[in-house]
Amino acid sequence: MSDLETFRRETQAWLEANCPPEMRQPIRSEDDAVWGGRRAVYKDPAQKVWLDRMAEKGWTAPDWPKPYGGGGLSPEEAKILRSEMSRLGCRTPLSSFGLYTLGPALLKYGSEEQKLEHLPKLVRGEVLWCQGYSEPGAGSDLASLATRAEDKGDHFLVNGQKIWTSDAEKADWIFCLVRTDTLSKHNGISFLLIDMETPGVSVKLIRLISGYSPFCETFLDNVKVPKKNLVGELNKGWDVAKYLLSHERESLSGTGLGIGQLSLGEMAKRTVGTEADGRLDDPVLRARVALFEVRAQAFMAMSERFTDELKHERAHPAQPSVIKYFGTELNKQRYELMMDAGGSDALEWESERSLGGAHARAWLRTKANSIEGGTSEVQLNIIAKRILQLPGA
Amino acid sequence: MPLFHTEDQAMLADTVRPFLAEQAPVSHMRALRDADDRTGFSPELWKRFAELGLNGVLIDEADGGLGLGHVEAGIVLEEIGRNLTPSPFLATAVGAVTMLKAGSTAQRDAWLPPILAGEAVGVLAVDETARHRPERIALQAHRVGNGFRLIGEKRFVTYGHVADFLIVAARTAGSCDEELGVTLFLVERNVANLTAEADRLTDASLAARLKFDGVEVLQESIIGEIDCGFRSLTKTLSSLRAGASAEMVGVGSAALEMTVGYLRQRKQFGRLIGSFQALQHRAAHLYAEMEVARACVLKAEQLLDCGDAGAEQAVMVAKAMSGMASALAVQEGIQMHGGIGMTDEYDIGFYMKRQRVLAELFGDADYHANRLATLAGY
Repeated sequence: MSDLETFRRETQAWLEANCPPEMRQPIRSEDDAVWGGRRAVYKDPAQKVWLDRMAEKGWTAPDWPKPYGGGGLSPEEAKILRSEMSRLGCRTPLSSFGLYTLGPALLKYGSEEQKLEHLPKLVRGEVLWCQGYSEPGAGSDLASLATRAEDKGDHFLVNGQKIWTSDAEKADWIFCLVRTDTLSKHNGISFLLIDMETPGVSVKLIRLISGYSPFCETFLDNVKVPKKNLVGELNKGWDVAKYLLSHERESLSGTGLGIGQLSLGEMAKRTVGTEADGRLDDPVLRARVALFEVRAQAFMAMSERFTDELKHERAHPAQPSVIKYFGTELNKQRYELMMDAGGSDALEWESERSLGGAHARAWLRTKANSIEGGTSEVQLNIIAKRILQLPGA
Repeated sequence: MPLFHTEDQAMLADTVRPFLAEQAPVSHMRALRDADDRTGFSPELWKRFAELGLNGVLIDEADGGLGLGHVEAGIVLEEIGRNLTPSPFLATAVGAVTMLKAGSTAQRDAWLPPILAGEAVGVLAVDETARHRPERIALQAHRVGNGFRLIGEKRFVTYGHVADFLIVAARTAGSCDEELGVTLFLVERNVANLTAEADRLTDASLAARLKFDGVEVLQESIIGEIDCGFRSLTKTLSSLRAGASAEMVGVGSAALEMTVGYLRQRKQFGRLIGSFQALQHRAAHLYAEMEVARACVLKAEQLLDCGDAGAEQAVMVAKAMSGMASALAVQEGIQMHGGIGMTDEYDIGFYMKRQRVLAELFGDADYHANRLATLAGY
């Protein structure tokens, strides 16, 4: 038996023995996902048990090196772990934004001290991170950001305002893009790690169309940040930012896969009803769902190919833009169809039966998918220039 | 198995690409059309395929083939698509060969060697109506003595008029929409009471309408078991659909590349038109669609090659997605070429016509989406 086959069997047995039955149920609402952090709230004790067991093996970050708390798995082993988890229906133990984005950036650009301090806590879900990129005046044109970090000898003094900082009110730390040189646009940006408890950091919730407030405004007033919290070189933060964004794009696109969700067809049958032969009772809706499912399944292959290419370092550097563009547009279509299929049930906003309008709110939330992390139009610009090599204006 | 080509597969692509680009570029197809050729392909080129071993890509090594899989066949077909090469490769080296795997030793001994030598063409005859409906087989096979008599019609049989043998899906029992009762017959083309009428299609290719007016065949011409041919038929259709999908990826990719090339050199308003964001976004969107199509076609081929239970479904996804993406590629191709794209002299129009035929072949996106929905229970 090959080593990989042995690994598969052992992994299977371990998951069978260690994944609590509650954690093999499909995710139904946002609080079914575990985000971690100093102030984490667990809806179900099984969530904590599952997270701790997986974190101990380093399997919340299966392919990170062991010294930083990761699982130390090869690309092939990590793929086996993913496929076995999906086969058993195991939930992702930790859906941490920092794990998908900051982690890879620190592995590439962080100092040894930074890696040892921050990565193990990410793996164990002990620290919740948020991202300080956008500003009121710097959206798609992110590099025009104006938050200043002045060199004060042993520390930076940071002043400015960040916007769309996801979960900033719950976050323990923020990674920030700051201006350290006003003369150069892209080459005047640095990447800083800031503890949210530092004096001068304050947060205000932004109420969105969904009624939820997943995003905040984060104000930085005379915030003192130790020099050791600079990631990479001074004024070279844009490189770190771009690298991290490409990882963010991958993790955002994953939402298009609809893993663990009730199939659209099933859902539609429940609300719309069926013909005598079991077919969905609205031929036009059925056709739209069917054509959507073709695209969704095709995109799963695309994601798999991309993951494989990434692990073997053969993905085009702009390929995450393709994944992000297609995946997020697909996810918006999925929720439009779910709203169509749900009829008036899907419109309920407060009832307990609708879990407080979870459906409608999730639909509204998806509208941000193609804006955050670089709009669809920005992704198309990147594809046109970097892959298709079309000329600039 | 990672979802990209292995080194060996990349090497095969490196061999096939220049071979077809040199031997059978679009001008080869154009020349056949302009000469009003009635064969539909170049027999010399079919020989050259054989010399390279390509005809045996799916034939076991024990039978003299390369013993490779659908991924490799797909590599050949992508290049065929890219060059719009008229070739019986899909029909014969993929379709007939897959079907013969379910055949008897005598059938394989009779037909595999001439296929390997590039001396025979064999094709599946399945469609009876204008839309692909393999679940409905009405062509009748009545038992007569030690054999059968075939009565009925088949259509849209590519190369059916010049094929050496046909594999005919016929009904030996049951009603026309039942799976049980379908039997596959291997029929030589030059038998009595079989007439073939070749129709020129939109893309200048030729497809036959076959009339079986009491064609006598022997018991030995059955492939597999009597009444139980539906399984083999479906399996062969899966291979053919995966192949047609790969060919469409080639057609769509070439259309995209031609179009991007045009955007990089055509000037209007004193600027390269490729610098206009309106066109950049159309091209970039198309690129994303084609990448997803390419990925799901490779996935389907890999699943077919490892005999995965999900292969058939993956093939349906591949055929539907590659059909939709390549349709967009040729449509956007003509739009972005502007007026010159409408001329017969320029090649992009050929890509649109070929794509249309391939999209229809063995079921279009609507057909496969409908089947997937039915399989998923809605």
